This record gives sequence, C-alpha cells and structure tokens, in this order.
Amino acid sequence: MEFPIALMLVQDGITNGAIYALLALALVLVFAVTRVIFIPQGEFVAYGALTLAMLQAGVVPTTLWLLVGLGVAVTVVDGVPALRAGRPGRLLGVAGWNLAYPLGLAALLSVVPLQSLPQLAQVALALAIVVPMGPQMYRLVYQPIASAPILILLIVSVAAHLTMVGMGLLFFGAEGQRTPAFSEAVLDLGPLMVPGQTLVIVAVSLTLIVALFQFFERTLYGKALRATAMNRVGARLMGISPSLAGKLTFFLAAFIGALSGVLIAPITTVYYDTGFLIALKGFVAAIIGGLGSYPLAALGALLVGQLESFSSFWASAYKEVIVFTLIIPVLLWRSLNSRHVEEEE
Amino acid sequence: MNAKLSPRLVLGAFLALLAAAPLFLSPFSVTLLNYIGLYAMVSLGLVLLTGVGGLTSFGQAAFVGLGAYTTATLTTMTSLPGWLAWIGASPWLTLLAGLLLTAVVALLLGSLTLRLSGHFLPLGTMAWGISLYFLFGTSESLGGHSGLTGIPPISLFGIVLDTGEKIFYLIWAFLLAAVLTTQNLLDSREGRAIRALKGGIVMAEAMGVNTSRSRMVIFLIAALHACASGWLYAHMQRFVNPTPFGLNIGIEYLFMAVIGGAGHVWGALVGAGVITLLKQWLQDILPKLLGQAGNFEVIVFGLMMILVLQRARGGLWPLLRRLVPVRVDNKHIEESAEALPRRTPPKAGELILEARKVTRKFGGLVANNNMSLEVKAGEILALIGPNGAGKSTMFNQLSGVDTPTSGEVLFMGQPVAGKDSRDIARMGMSRTFQHVKLLPTMSVLENVAIGAHLRGDKGVLSSAWRLDRAEEARLLKEAARQIERVGLGEFMHAEAGSLALGQQRILEIARALCADPCLLLLDEPAAGLRHKEKQALGDLLRKLRGEGLATLIVEHDMDFVMNLVDRVVVMEFGQKIAEGLPDEIQKDPAVLEAYLGGVE
Repeated sequence: MEFPIALMLVQDGITNGAIYALLALALVLVFAVTRVIFIPQGEFVAYGALTLAMLQAGVVPTTLWLLVGLGVAVTVVDGVPALRAGRPGRLLGVAGWNLAYPLGLAALLSVVPLQSLPQLAQVALALAIVVPMGPQMYRLVYQPIASAPILILLIVSVAAHLTMVGMGLLFFGAEGQRTPAFSEAVLDLGPLMVPGQTLVIVAVSLTLIVALFQFFERTLYGKALRATAMNRVGARLMGISPSLAGKLTFFLAAFIGALSGVLIAPITTVYYDTGFLIALKGFVAAIIGGLGSYPLAALGALLVGQLESFSSFWASAYKEVIVFTLIIPVLLWRSLNSRHVEEEE
Repeated sequence: MNAKLSPRLVLGAFLALLAAAPLFLSPFSVTLLNYIGLYAMVSLGLVLLTGVGGLTSFGQAAFVGLGAYTTATLTTMTSLPGWLAWIGASPWLTLLAGLLLTAVVALLLGSLTLRLSGHFLPLGTMAWGISLYFLFGTSESLGGHSGLTGIPPISLFGIVLDTGEKIFYLIWAFLLAAVLTTQNLLDSREGRAIRALKGGIVMAEAMGVNTSRSRMVIFLIAALHACASGWLYAHMQRFVNPTPFGLNIGIEYLFMAVIGGAGHVWGALVGAGVITLLKQWLQDILPKLLGQAGNFEVIVFGLMMILVLQRARGGLWPLLRRLVPVRVDNKHIEESAEALPRRTPPKAGELILEARKVTRKFGGLVANNNMSLEVKAGEILALIGPNGAGKSTMFNQLSGVDTPTSGEVLFMGQPVAGKDSRDIARMGMSRTFQHVKLLPTMSVLENVAIGAHLRGDKGVLSSAWRLDRAEEARLLKEAARQIERVGLGEFMHAEAGSLALGQQRILEIARALCADPCLLLLDEPAAGLRHKEKQALGDLLRKLRGEGLATLIVEHDMDFVMNLVDRVVVMEFGQKIAEGLPDEIQKDPAVLEAYLGGVE
C-alpha cells in the first residue's frame, strides 16, 4: 500500500471514528443513567440526516407529524393524571412542551421558505424536529418500566428500534439521500487533501465532547446525571427525579444522534435503515469501554473507524463482517479481565 | 372431583387435530402451519433462554442460517473435498454436521460472553448475527445474495418428503419432541438449576449448582433447536438465501417468545402462531392502507412488543390458560422411593469449623480483628453482638464468600479460602441467608429440592428423556421429608413467594438440610418468626444437635439464643469480647456494657 493511500484511509477512519465516538459516548451515558441499552440511537442518526434532506428539498419533513403524534400521546399520558389530581397548571406545562411546541414548529415550517434558508438554519430546524423525540420516547417507552431488569429494557429497545425503522421507511421511503457538504473548502497538506467536511466533523465532535465534559463537570444538571449514574437510589433520595434524569439523558442522546446524522449525510448516502449499522459500530466502541468508560469508548471508536477504513480497502465485501467480529476478541479480553458473580435483578 | 380438564386430554385433542390438519386444510394453510412449527422451534429455545434463564440472544436466526447453510452446502456442492463429500449423501448426516458446527459456535460465543454481565450475550449475538448474515450474502461459494438452489428433499423410511403435507409431520414431530423434552428438562434436577438462574444465582451456587454451566447448557440447547429448524427449513424450501437469517428475523423470533409467554414452553407455539398469522395479515393489509410497499408490519410488532412488556410481561400464554380450564396436578411424591445415601456423620465433639485469628480489613476499616472461634459436631454456637459489630463480615469469612486479610478458616480440617461456594457446599457446609433468597414462583417442594442438588447426578439428556425419574423421586422424597420435618408440610405445593417471611426462613432451613450437611450456618433464622414458630424452630435445632449436626447461628433474639445454644461468642467493634456458656455471658460485664451501655 502506498503512503498517500494509507494516509487517506487513516483520515477516513478518523472521520468515521469521530462520529462513532459521539455515538459511543451517548450510549455509555444512556446506559449509565437509565440502564437502557439504547439500540434506537441509530434511528436518530437516520432521522436527523433524512429530515435535513427533506428540508433542503423544500418539503415539510414527515417526521414533524411523528413529533406531533408523540406530543399528543405524552399529553394524554401525563395530562390525564395531572387533571385528575387537580393540577391544571401541570397539564398546561405538559401541553405547552408536547402540543404547542410541535404545532408552533409546524406553523413555522409552513411559512418559511425552507429551501432557501441558510444551511445552518436548516440544520437547526432538523434538530428542532428530531431531538425532542428523545425525551418523548423516554416518557412513553421507558419510563413506565424504568425499574425493569436490564434484559427487559434491552428487548424494549430492540422493539423501539424496529418500530422506528418501520416508520422511517414510511416517512422517507426506500430512497437514500445525501446532503450538500457544509464546506467545499479543501485543505492541502502536501500528500493529503483534507476535505472541509472532514474538518467540520472532527471539529464538531471535539467541540461536543468538550462541551459534554464541561456539562458534566460544571453544571448542576450534569452533576445530577452523574450522581444518578453512580447511585440511582441515592440520587433519588437527594431529590434528583429519575424521570427528569431519564428525559435529560435521552435529550442528549437524541441530540448527539441527530447531529451525527446531519454530519455524516454529506459523506455517505443515508437510507432509512442506515442508522442502525452506524450506531452498532458505536456500540462496538462502547463495548470496548465495557459500557462504562467514556475515554475507552472514544478510543474504541477511533479503533473501529480505522479498522473499518482499512478493511474496506483490503476486503471491502467483508468490511462489516470484520468490524462486527472485532467484538469477539474484545469480549474475550473483557471476559478474561472480569471476575464477578452476578446477582441480576 | 375436579371439573377441570386433565392435561393429557387437552394435549391429546391438540395432537389429534394437528395430525388431521393436512387432511382438511388447504395447502396454503398447511404451509403456514409448517412455518409456525419451524418458528416455534426457534422461539422455544428462546423461551428456555430468555423466559426461564433470564439470558437472551438476538442471533438465533443466524443459528437457523447455520443449520440451513450447512445442509445446503453439503448436499448441493459438487466440488467438496473427499473427506467432506460423504456427509452430503444424506440430509440426516448433514443434520448431524450442522448440529455439531452450531454446538462449536455456540460454545465459543457462550464462553466469551456468558462470564460477563447478562447484556453482553445479546450484544455479542447481535454482532455475530450481522456478521454471519453479511458472510452468507457476500461469499461467492455460498451463492451470495441469490443463494443456493437444488437442495434435495429429506427421505424417511423410503418416503420422500417433497411436499408441504408430507414434511408437515416431520416438522411437527421435531417441534413436539423439542417441547416435551424441554418440559421434561425443566421438571428435573437440572431444570431447577436452570430455573434458579433468573434471580437466584448466589443461592444456587451456595447449594452447589454450577450456574455458569447451566447458562451454557440453555444457550447451547437454544442454538441447537434453531439449527434443527434451519435444517428442516432448507429441505422444505429446497433453496436458501440470506434473507431469512438476518438480524431482523432474529429479533422476530425473540418477539414470538416474549409475546407468546417467555416463561412457558407452549408460549413459544402461541407466539410463533400469532406472529406468523399476524404478519401474513399485516403484509396484506398495511401496504394497501399506507399506499406504499414495505415491511410496515414491524411497526405494529414493535409497538405490540413494547405494550406487552409494559403491561403483561407474562405474554399471551397465561391469558390463554385462563380460558381453557386445564387442571394443574401437584407433584407426586413417591413414598416408596429409596432414601438418598447420607454422608458419614462426624463423631460428636469432633471439630468441624475453626476460625484462627481471622482479620478482615476494608481499607482502613477493620471489620474483623483477630477473631477465633470453634464449632464442634453436636453443638450449637451463637455469634451475637450489637449492630455493626462485624457479625455479617465474619459470617462471610466462615462461609467462604469473602477471604480474610489474615488468619484462616478451616472447615473439616481444610482451608475455606480460595474455594468457591460450590466446593464448600460439597464439603458439607450448608447455609441460609439473612435476606431470604428463594425462587418465589416455584413451589416450596421444588425450592427445597434445590438443596439436594449435589445428591443427584443425572444430567440434561437423561432429564430431557425422563431417564432420571428414579433419582428424581428420591430427591423429591428427601425434600418432602425435610419440609415435613421443619413443619411446612401443609405448604408443600404452595408457591414459595406466597409464604410469610418467617415461613420463608424455615423453608431456607429445610433447603439447607436437604443437602445433608455436617455444618449448618444460620443467618438470623428467628427474625420475623412468631413465638410458636420460634419454639418449633428451637425444637428442630435441638433435634438436629442430637443427631450430631454442628450449627452456627448469627442472631439478635436473646431469648431464643440463650435458651437454645451451648456456647456464645460475643463480638463488638470487630473483636471477640466474650465467649462462654449462655449463663456466663448474661452476667459478663463487658457484654452488659456493649449491649446496655456503661454505668456512669
């Protein structure tokens, strides 16, 4: 292999690895706080990318109707008990976030000229549509069984994943989409031409990782999430609401997922079901970190990125096989290093 | 008499209907039934794995694929090397080859993931399922995405099973054999060990069950069922391609198990039936309704699954059972069964358990400091002390759950440190738990029978084919004897979870006795007991002492302890502050000070 090709592969690996790192961090976070293995993470990637593509095509994204539908469901689930308990104020709050917001967004989308908006505004709108589905999903799917065994939560995750993939097909059709790059600039580094999109991805990922770090270290909500991750009961006794922690976590996960989708849409064609394979690579990375360590997960993501990039050069047909079988030696290594008798719930 | 139907009658009626089905059903319906049978076989494995064992796999479709592709490759390839070619001569040989290959893969995957927390197995199987799917699709020699054609039909006793109606009987014979053997397995010594996996691992290990082995066993069985289903599928379809072995189908199998009723063998059949028929119907109706083509049934399945897990985690089978009033017979206890052999009891006064200068530090905290004690055959020793004195830590050192920082614990002259719970149980130490650990949905009888696990040796295969009945009768008789002995006879067949807390503690003692121990470790046995129950417990322990058993009790109830035990060891701040006869202890100034505070 010639040196420039190797450099190009490394660069490709870093680009993808940065995305996997973001997803892996979100997966570790969700698991730590809620014990949910968040399989539907990948659907947020696809929804984010394809919603942006629809906006750029000048169509009101069909995902908006899912947001409205979920909003109605949450309003019913949370509003009825609030009303029964004689707390109309709470009902207003619930309806504000879950009905007024989606409908307001719908109104906004129907008046602005979607196609001619600046790219960043389109991205913001795509995120505004997709990200709130995270907390809504937590409320409807996970909160009723928040204390169930991990296994049940996992099966529910898989069910939610399948539902979202099916809906993805309904919303976006079977056609794949690719969005225009955020930057057409090319950085010339001698033997290596670094496209602007790569720089954007790496920069955004790094910024987000730093921002998350700051959030967890410096803010009260971040600390509340860390406390919940360390000791659920203890955090609850200190007045941290588990459902708030869950919704906040899912908000972050949905945000990371949708943003990853927006970032990769210019470098790969995204189909309604692409997200799963991408998120699964984030999973391999998270498992390298034992679903518990953020730095190890991020390192794992870079490793997965490189492995994928080089195996697509040497044995492109077996790229996925190679990446997913990586999990076997990782599990072996984890298995040899772990010594514990498990008492499951 | 009971107005409910006998289980045999219901099963018989079901079998008769099934046997007659091809005679009056359309070929299309028979094909559907064939698929239901094939799917039920896979989801049966998942019932065992997920519903009973609390593990799960999303990669079962890949095992089905392994079975299908093994036979497809071996029976259709013309260019096989000589040492392999002979296997392709008969589908029955390729079935064996497939099962063997599956077993190897499952053992490998299992040994990698089963030692880790429960969620690594599903994640591992997910990745492996995807890898295998891509491998089937990209490998030229396996036909790529277009697959392999020209697979021969199976022949049995000279009959070529080349139509749906003919292979129907083979598929359902396989399924019924799988259901019945699974049912048999669950109702056995090994089965109790498997059923203890979900929620009772620490307890089961203390009773001598090798729980890692039990996990591996059910993972292996589930994989083999899937493989056999794949073999049948390949010879029914006569061609294979990768599509039916993808991850989505793997997930669908799990849905079948969960929706049908993940804890019940027949739930697999119900789930496979419901999902297959529903899928058929939804695939017809949804594209028309939504105006486009696609796999929209997954939306419905996914939502259904979420609702089932939120609202009715037991699935459909328990609901269905309520509709058909089938009688549930209590387990029969064979009075004439031969008693189990007993270990040679130690002589009275022989030293059984000895702690020598045991110190256990947790960082800077010294939980046990220089603790020594002895328990002899035929005596009851009480370990008492105020809260936080280090009794539980000491109990953990004695029972081998924890290892002392220094000093040693000798049981029957052998060091306990470094041995796992199973070995210690085998040596004759049996224990109860401070926080009761039993399997609430199993009957009292079965819970107690777990205690006798090490006194039987019949394995999985003999259990599945009912070759274990003589031993099983002896185990159950022993369990029943111990239950009668502790005075829980009237609750023999009740669910253990329905007992009051005090009775559950007594149940734990019966379970411990079932192991035929020479040392009994009781962690607060009298907590939650009423006065009469305490008296009965005291009488029982005295009787056991008379039989030469050594007993160590950690207890708070002074009345109970002082009237019962031979000697008392008192702990405070991790140290022994007094040791002696109950009367002496009651007058000991150090003890009085520890319990009542000093006199200023």
